Amino acid sequence: MSDSVGLLLRRAGFGPTAVELAAARQAGYAAALSGLSAPPGPDVGATGAPIPDLGPDAYAGKRDLTYEEKVKLEDLRTAQTEQITEWWLNRMTVASHQAVEKLVFFWHGHWATSVKKVRSPQLMLSQHRTLRGAPDFTVMARRMVVDAALNHYLDGHLNTRQAPNENLARELCELFVLGIGNYTEKDVKEAGRALTGWRFSLTMGRSVFDPKAHDPGRKTILGRTANFTAQSLVDLLLTQEACPRFIAARLWFRYGSSAKPIPKGLQEKMVRAFPAPMAMLRVLLADEAFQATAGTMVKQPVEWLVGVLRQLGVRPASLTPETRKAVLHDLENLGQLPFATPNVGGWPAGGAWLTSAAAQVRLRLAGRIAEQAPVDQLTPESLAYLLGVDGWTNRTYAVLRGTQDRRQLLTLGLVSPEYLVT
Amino acid sequence: MTMDALTRRRFLLASGVTAGGALAAGAGGMGIAHLLRTAGQDASAARSKKLVLVTLYGGNDGLNTVIPYTDHAYHSARPELAYDAAKVLHLDDTLGLNPVMRGMKQLWDEKRLAVVLGVGYPRPDRSHFRSMDIWQTASPAEPVTTGWVGRWLDGTKAAPEAAVSFEPVLPPVLAGQTRAGSCVSVGGLELPPGITADAVAALGRGEPGEPELQARAARAYGDLLRVERLVRSAEQHQSPSPDNADEEVLTTGPGSRSVLETQLALVARCVEAGVPTRVYSVSLDGFDTHAMERAGHESLLTRLDRALSAFVARMARTEAGRQVTVVVYSEFGRRVRANASQGTDHGTAGPVFVLGPTVAGGFHGEQPSLADLDDGDLKATMDFRDVFGTVLTSVLDADPDRYVGSGYRTKPLPLLTAD
Repeated sequence: MSDSVGLLLRRAGFGPTAVELAAARQAGYAAALSGLSAPPGPDVGATGAPIPDLGPDAYAGKRDLTYEEKVKLEDLRTAQTEQITEWWLNRMTVASHQAVEKLVFFWHGHWATSVKKVRSPQLMLSQHRTLRGAPDFTVMARRMVVDAALNHYLDGHLNTRQAPNENLARELCELFVLGIGNYTEKDVKEAGRALTGWRFSLTMGRSVFDPKAHDPGRKTILGRTANFTAQSLVDLLLTQEACPRFIAARLWFRYGSSAKPIPKGLQEKMVRAFPAPMAMLRVLLADEAFQATAGTMVKQPVEWLVGVLRQLGVRPASLTPETRKAVLHDLENLGQLPFATPNVGGWPAGGAWLTSAAAQVRLRLAGRIAEQAPVDQLTPESLAYLLGVDGWTNRTYAVLRGTQDRRQLLTLGLVSPEYLVT
Repeated sequence: MTMDALTRRRFLLASGVTAGGALAAGAGGMGIAHLLRTAGQDASAARSKKLVLVTLYGGNDGLNTVIPYTDHAYHSARPELAYDAAKVLHLDDTLGLNPVMRGMKQLWDEKRLAVVLGVGYPRPDRSHFRSMDIWQTASPAEPVTTGWVGRWLDGTKAAPEAAVSFEPVLPPVLAGQTRAGSCVSVGGLELPPGITADAVAALGRGEPGEPELQARAARAYGDLLRVERLVRSAEQHQSPSPDNADEEVLTTGPGSRSVLETQLALVARCVEAGVPTRVYSVSLDGFDTHAMERAGHESLLTRLDRALSAFVARMARTEAGRQVTVVVYSEFGRRVRANASQGTDHGTAGPVFVLGPTVAGGFHGEQPSLADLDDGDLKATMDFRDVFGTVLTSVLDADPDRYVGSGYRTKPLPLLTAD
């Protein structure tokens, strides 16, 4: 039996609570989609999790440090990184505007940047604000091309007129704006020259432009010759036909199917909604092709965990520091820690999450969360309702019937194949 | 030496793996032969040839690994990064290993190290992801979703333990259409309180008509228990050289072992115990040396050198170990010319190492010329599919052209000595 509203809520957000799901079913598909893509009023839930203020970077204004001083500063950075990671997980959990919140996570995977290389939690958080605050993809791309964390991650600060470093230029073309096959090697080299001159300042917590390091000469990119700069380069890329198609395909990959390519018709419809990501997503979620993807997406670990927390009413902020640390460690072992993408290609997808190693960590993490859940009475039936699962297979039903202990029941439900795939 | 709980705990601590728990899955006293019998297999697979794939993520700088130390072009293209001829570990009168690779040099002298030169593929891609994908899927022309080992798993209807990765996320090379390699955590299996292995096994049963990925999610639990039991029983296996096994535990302080060493130590135990895994995947990350390369690269090569030379030496000591071939590759080499950050940007061809007791040591192929570059990059002289094709033939006894992608006809290389 297909449950279209359930699919909509599971894909658009992190995992609907039983109450949210019942209300959405009552309202119907169209109203539920409107409520997700254009939520009324401010996000009331999110007010409980405002973006933390970390103050300046640990190294801001510091020089000639001793080894001991550096160790202290590194410890501070590690603690602040944990703080923002926990904050974001909490924010995802408490946010009422679930589709908005999940789209922020999508963009993090798109403009994949890892604190493991960037090191500065302040720069990561500043990037996060940019992704959260950009009204559309055009503005986002213009801001991201000079984003300090992204530049640091892709060696933009080392890209100078005297010695071009094309890392950022390549990923800008390949992974962020155009997609592979829509540019040449020569375009990448020339784009690298356009991007010269930007470096980051830890003291100011942002990028700064150094005209001396910039190559002001003429560059020929995608058939156009001009004295391209970072901004005019991005503007050129944004006008390419490949750009809106590429963004549509990336949204489809995360919301529709990571195995089947985006249907051409849907892609063209989404292109017409470019550059507004939520409008593009709305077109996707309203399409028949989306409904046909039921049962083909594997929940990403963050998606799974935040869904669990929401449905069980557990708030990351209310866990003990030890438990919070353990949860983050498990998430890392599942291969998905926010602010720490594995590489610039972003997160894996599909069957890649269903390894036996992941199965093992998932069991441990499910047990950990089940310990914290305020649940007193459970049956396999009420568990399905709680978790928004359409129904159990005979296999899982038999396993769930085999235990009387509610925490064990919960753990088994959370790791069940039915709950992992949507 | 049987590894008791305390020793195992020390082993894990020494490995820097502290999250590991007890042997909750209960390998217990069950031997490997028994485990295989209960699964309806005989143990002859245990004696077959084995492959250990070592992936160097990030793009290893081949020119500072196998160094053309007499070539002026090498020294002038990267004056800050180039090594003095006197410091290089000479392999012949033009090429030598990075000075930190002393263990590999010894393997070379013992004819157990083959260096395949200038390995790449047509129209090199400088994206980490695409290029690593190309190597792992063996399909340079078009992206495909299966790896070359994954396709071999599909084609041979392999058991879940046929290919094992000791990494947290399955590498694409082990992903097939219908099958995939198993991932085993070096830390050991730990189930939540009250959750029995039986319950997990029951969740692992397939249900008729369920969606493909849901079935795959279920299968992962069954595979987890099965492979876990095999690997853990291997850990309890009587080590053939107790003195050495003791060293492994006691001489390494916390944090002193690299991830690669830990992974390879587990591979060694599995091989010695007769686990019927044919392909192991392990990895070392961090080779993307765009800046301040020399110190970082040396540190990585030191870890690689120590881990590999210890592993190959240990493998030579047992009959099962002598069936092992190690292949070390990276997604690309780096630009010939250094950048101004004292690092190197993404390049093209690089050397592939093949090591093991039955390897035909020496150079294979030709070192690319520094005088004939393709826009500042080395021109590959060897297609990587010929290396993997040879491995498919010689180690996995498979038809290489069936599993290497895109209709490529592989040309076998004399990498292994005839046995």
